[in-house]
Amino acid sequence: MEHYLKTPVKEADIRKLKAGDLVYITGTIITARDEAHLKALELHEKGEEPPVSFTGRGVFHCGPIMKKDDDGKWQVVAAGPTTSARMEIFQDNFIEVFKPAIIIGKGGMGERTSKACQKHGCVYGAFTGGAALLAARGITDVEDVFWLDELGMPECFWVYKVEKFGPMIVTIDTHGANLTADVGAKVNENRDRIMEEMKK
Amino acid sequence: MSNLETIVEDTAVELLRIAATELPVEYVEEMDRLMKETSGDVGVSQIKNILEDADIARSGSKPMCQDTGIVAFMVKIGDEFPLRSKLKEILVEATKKATERVPLRPNAVDMFKGNTGNNVGLDGYVPIIYWDLVPGDSMEIIAMPKGGGSTNVAAHRMLKPGLGITGVKQFVVEAVAKAGSLGCPPYFVGVGVGGGEDLCMKLAKNALLKPFKVRNSDPKVAEIEAELYEKLNELKIGAMGLGEGPSVLDVHVEMAARHPASLPVGIVISCWALRHAKATIGADGTVEIDTSA
Repeated sequence: MEHYLKTPVKEADIRKLKAGDLVYITGTIITARDEAHLKALELHEKGEEPPVSFTGRGVFHCGPIMKKDDDGKWQVVAAGPTTSARMEIFQDNFIEVFKPAIIIGKGGMGERTSKACQKHGCVYGAFTGGAALLAARGITDVEDVFWLDELGMPECFWVYKVEKFGPMIVTIDTHGANLTADVGAKVNENRDRIMEEMKK
Repeated sequence: MSNLETIVEDTAVELLRIAATELPVEYVEEMDRLMKETSGDVGVSQIKNILEDADIARSGSKPMCQDTGIVAFMVKIGDEFPLRSKLKEILVEATKKATERVPLRPNAVDMFKGNTGNNVGLDGYVPIIYWDLVPGDSMEIIAMPKGGGSTNVAAHRMLKPGLGITGVKQFVVEAVAKAGSLGCPPYFVGVGVGGGEDLCMKLAKNALLKPFKVRNSDPKVAEIEAELYEKLNELKIGAMGLGEGPSVLDVHVEMAARHPASLPVGIVISCWALRHAKATIGADGTVEIDTSA
């Protein structure tokens, strides 16, 4: 099923999504990778807040290529997803604290993220890895950038206005499904069988 | 700067642009063919997205993936080629220029000082440059920018020699299964066997650059490549690890002699965007660019 979501997305609408559904987003998404996740959570622990709100919005695991145009305005050159598994160590905490509606990335995420999605009403949407120009096509404006000097172009927060950004395939929903993990389990079964056959 | 120095620099910048923006047509055609064999909407959609992305990249001269990788050059210098030690400086400069012009994402991160902003490391090792001396008066450069996602799923193991070829093949199956969805499949797989703890990894990386779908000239190695190709696809990782479509596009194995007590195996994996471009530069400044797979 296809869903067109507008940010801020209501928790009830997120809970309607099922693994395997296609999702397009209109509104605001924010890029965040390892260091941005870490820094945002560290700030929160100190009682401070990051410079941008994630509530009901999309968090995009992406380190884009950006370029300033002649008027000094930031333009997106290429902005595909990065490997989400690296964020597994703090994504659950991030979802609990900042309440994003959708995590966008590639390669899927694990048990901790899946549990946080169920508990707090968030989904994981897989965008085709490497398809950076396809992704860039859905970004209509660069609204803001934070921590650029400190973290550098790939790691900082880029705040994007998006229009029908997608398609993402929901691989983790709020009902406990995790498509990538299911495929991974089958791959491991196949691996064991193939390795056993190779012995003969 | 001499005329020839300028030509080498401009060529290296152009190779990085081609590599980042033009996926070799052989890969595109193969994925198109495999898409038609794929059953399942999810698998088809992933390959369709890849092909569309590669198409926008080529027509607009834009990087197909935002991760334009760590830059590597494989250089073969002819004995009679006029430039020698100057070449490193030229390739470093070309990397900086390509970062601005293509543009490439700045990906060289210093552990203490952060991102250098120009894809050049502060300690002289990045861009990675492999040198080789060959007869003749020309030089060959291959530019190979390689992304982090698939680089992270590389594997290395010192096997017990008693495990033999079976052990090698099992290790490859294990490593690619472990890579799973993480490195943007369908994958290209390079395997290096023997040589030592370091050489096997270099052989594996070089193996990725061997001509697409051309099997090793040693029939025994060719047979291993064919078997691995079949078995790795039987893992059913699928495009983007979603279980549908191809898992692996090609496998190359390179072998070197080993120490009697060692069986080193290196596995280097590339995402679908195996990016590379080659040029031969003559002593007279003529440039021939080769974009074949």
